[in-house]
Amino acid sequence: MRQQQFEALHGAEWEEMEALLDAAPRGSGRRTANAPDPMRLPRLYRLVCGHYAAVRSRHYSPALAARLRALVLRGHRRLYRRSDPWLWRIIGFFVEVFPATLRRYQRYFWLSLLLFVGPGLFMGFGAYFNPDLIYSVLPAENVAQMEAMYDPASRQVGRTEARAAETDFQMFGFYIKNNIGIGFRTFAGGMLAGLGTLFFLVFNGLVLGGVAGHLTRLGYTETFWPFVSGHGAFELTAIVICGAAGLVLAHAIVNPGQATRPEALKRAARPALVLAMGAAGMLLVAAFVEAFWSPAPLPPTVKFAVAGALWALVAAYLTWMGRGRFEAG
Amino acid sequence: MQRQAGALAAQGMTPLDTLLEHETPEGILLELRLAGPVVRACAWAIDAVIRGVLYIGLGILLSYLGQMGTAVMLILFFVIEWFYPVFFEVRSGMTPGKQVMGVWVIHDNGTPVSLPSSLVRNLLRTADFFPLFYGAGLLTMLMNRQFKRLGDLAAGTLVVYRDPHGQRRAMPEAQPEPPPQGLSYAGQEALLDFAERDAQLSAERKAELATLLHPVTGCGGAAAVAKLHGYANWLARGR
Repeated sequence: MRQQQFEALHGAEWEEMEALLDAAPRGSGRRTANAPDPMRLPRLYRLVCGHYAAVRSRHYSPALAARLRALVLRGHRRLYRRSDPWLWRIIGFFVEVFPATLRRYQRYFWLSLLLFVGPGLFMGFGAYFNPDLIYSVLPAENVAQMEAMYDPASRQVGRTEARAAETDFQMFGFYIKNNIGIGFRTFAGGMLAGLGTLFFLVFNGLVLGGVAGHLTRLGYTETFWPFVSGHGAFELTAIVICGAAGLVLAHAIVNPGQATRPEALKRAARPALVLAMGAAGMLLVAAFVEAFWSPAPLPPTVKFAVAGALWALVAAYLTWMGRGRFEAG
Repeated sequence: MQRQAGALAAQGMTPLDTLLEHETPEGILLELRLAGPVVRACAWAIDAVIRGVLYIGLGILLSYLGQMGTAVMLILFFVIEWFYPVFFEVRSGMTPGKQVMGVWVIHDNGTPVSLPSSLVRNLLRTADFFPLFYGAGLLTMLMNRQFKRLGDLAAGTLVVYRDPHGQRRAMPEAQPEPPPQGLSYAGQEALLDFAERDAQLSAERKAELATLLHPVTGCGGAAAVAKLHGYANWLARGR
């Protein structure tokens, strides 16, 4: 069959498909009354795929091939796109997917915990018994800043002098930008064969442990521990989870197993993303608690009681939430 | 399933090209033209300017709202820093910078980029940026055949040129004339392509190209152009 006959025979179908693709997709609220019937698209798509294959094998003109290829590409994009109600996906994510994924990858969580808490304890006890050790991980002016922040005489515990006048809302914004950023970087560090993740976990462990040990040695226990214990439940756990997410990526890069390295990485990226986004959600909660609850001038017993409840809540959420059909299969 | 210009490779030719083919479930080869580091860097620079303007604009606007404004500003800065590309990629597959450069993000099977993939490729941007100014990303792009940076590798995404689905180019009318015997398919396609690109070429360039086929047509200049159009019409329509 000559090209011209072919075009005369099928031109109407191509035009119909073009009209269908030009019409706004379903649910966008922009469809008009006389829009073409979208249910015809799958049939037309398969038809045009056949035409395109014919055009290629019969060596019709490149311009015709280009036109049909564009149609096939657009049809492919339209048909194979996925759209879900996003609100339900977010709820389902935190109720089920995130905790279940974390449990499935708990090996990485425990390793990440070790990499964070190990240096933390080491530096914590070190700084508690040796007054100079803190200066090996933090410059002197930062140490002085920390001391001022948790000095019982400070008018606003937990904030630097420069931020003392800021409102809880401002601190909320600051904590979001700062802490979730750290979490994401810890996750992304996994792409450097895990070295980035390793660095962030160990470094943050050393600094946080060092500060805690140093301030305890100075006797600022009445200000420091009540302030940090509440949001720490979410914040520290989330940083460890971000580390676990980075380690999942790193494992795929360092030891891809039976798959090729890109394929192993692609498979690891899904659960790693789930962990990182779940941790981001937890850091959001942590920022909220840190900004609005932690600075509240309440007796330490109340603070500790609430903190205990929050730690138990996080542990229970990660241990028990989302069991059932997700893990049964 | 994916081949680098598989059809040509099957004929024993290895083209030096940025064409990637993906076979759909319908058995159709989708041809995807990959975007290289320079185009993507330009797109990134355009986005960086847009982001900068956003930061400054928001900063000025929200400074009038006092302390609550600072809080909102910090949160918005965070959102723009991490999710600006995600927002645009999930909506239309391209950030404004990519739109200007005529490229977009797709999965490596040709489907539109989804939210999880877009999140992965943009959260891992930090790793690509390491140690500074996209050093790791550029190195990775140059080390694989699909110009994927680290984030693309993990997300399974590609940055490719968009196909301009514009108007079809018409072939100039000419008296159909049978082309010489034994013309290869590639040769036939070249003739058809030449005729269909008629409007894009200057008369001098057309004559120059057509004269190259002097051994086939036996003439040169405008006469050769007309002759080649004749062949093309014969191929497309018959006598």
